[in-house]
Amino acid sequence: MYPSRFRYEAPRSLEEAIGLLHDGGDYAKVLAGGQSLVPLMKLRFASPELIVDINNLPGLDYHRADPDGTLRIGALCRHSDLERSALLRGTQPTMAAAAPLIADPIVRNRGTLVGSLCHADPQGDWASVVLALGGSVVARGPCGRRTIPMAGFVTGPFQNALAPDEIAVEAVIPAANGVRSGGYLKLERRVGDFATVGVAVALETSGANVSRAGIALTGVGGSTIGAAEAADALVGGPLTADRVERAADLAAAAAKPRTDHRGSAEYKRHIVRTFVVRILGKTEGAAEKAA
Amino acid sequence: MTILVNDDASASDVPVRRIRFTINGERKIAEVEPRLLLSHLIRRGLGLTGTHMGCDTTNCGACTVLVDGTAVKSCTMLAVQADGHEISTVEGLATASELHPLQEGFKDEHGLQCGFCTPGMMMAAKALLDANPDPTEEDVRWALSGNLCRCTGYQNIVKSVLWAAAKLRAQG
Repeated sequence: MYPSRFRYEAPRSLEEAIGLLHDGGDYAKVLAGGQSLVPLMKLRFASPELIVDINNLPGLDYHRADPDGTLRIGALCRHSDLERSALLRGTQPTMAAAAPLIADPIVRNRGTLVGSLCHADPQGDWASVVLALGGSVVARGPCGRRTIPMAGFVTGPFQNALAPDEIAVEAVIPAANGVRSGGYLKLERRVGDFATVGVAVALETSGANVSRAGIALTGVGGSTIGAAEAADALVGGPLTADRVERAADLAAAAAKPRTDHRGSAEYKRHIVRTFVVRILGKTEGAAEKAA
Repeated sequence: MTILVNDDASASDVPVRRIRFTINGERKIAEVEPRLLLSHLIRRGLGLTGTHMGCDTTNCGACTVLVDGTAVKSCTMLAVQADGHEISTVEGLATASELHPLQEGFKDEHGLQCGFCTPGMMMAAKALLDANPDPTEEDVRWALSGNLCRCTGYQNIVKSVLWAAAKLRAQG
């Protein structure tokens, strides 16, 4: 299988890349890890006329924390960098749980987190994780730099809020207000398959009370689902069994799964509920151990 | 060397790009059509047919090669992206007189039946052993989880890789 013909450019600077996209308009696509785009092009689901390969752009392969704890992930940071990251293991439990579950190890060597967000596949894991963490995407275009909250970044299945001449250069996870906990669970039929169901939970706790919560769902709707009501049910008090049950029920209610070869809608909804309880149960246990 | 997707297309009609790369230690220059995949450059352009194409959809890992030492599915990378990089394929494992311990291991432990997935398995295993000379069984299963085998049930593949790891460690 081959993609249809396209013009290929591999710019050496971000300015040059933006210029190429500006001239290429709607027919241009940015190529980072290529682990979603190249298969789509081979299947002719995508047939861009211009490919702007950003792999030669310097200084985009980082992930680092600012002094205040804000985490920044560059556009060329690969999934495997995040999977091996001591920084994530130490400070970002939801992300550290998700990183080893993306696709398979070989795909993780090339694929990028920012690319996954831009691809906006309803079954993409990172979008849920970044949404649950209240993150955002930084875009650069001819008019400068703007920050797009994740909640508004995905505009539909495989659609994002970027203008045709903008490049997503960075994903940003805000600093935690208190102690971070949470996790990501994914049900997949085999390694590398898309999620039957994925659930991201991100909590911030001050003292015994949950000060912020985010819950987001993968693969159970037309796009990534933010379960805001479920998350709100956790905020303002300690993580009691009642609150956990209530959040799990609300998350299951927020899911809009469809029956398909991966399972029935009812089954998927049940898994959403189970995963919320399971992640929060582990969090609760960890908190008790710490106390 | 000019490599197009359709051999019957007239070369003058198709824009090509010149790339320089190293394959199994040999430096090469090629002119490729941008839509040519790395797997096709390797198989058709260079005649190195040890790299197999199974699913062509980034699932099976039969086409796994190393790019600058990192395992990559070569059906999911453009050949033009190899510009300036070092590629290793299964043909680069053995020396003129000796099999690589991974190849010996697959032979000794019966790590293959039909053999189709084997080159990809060995290259993924090579990347693992380069990074981690003393892997556990779990490490091996993790490293090979992006490579599908429909014959063996993986048991003997895992044994083969552990065999190779032990031999490489013994060789120092």
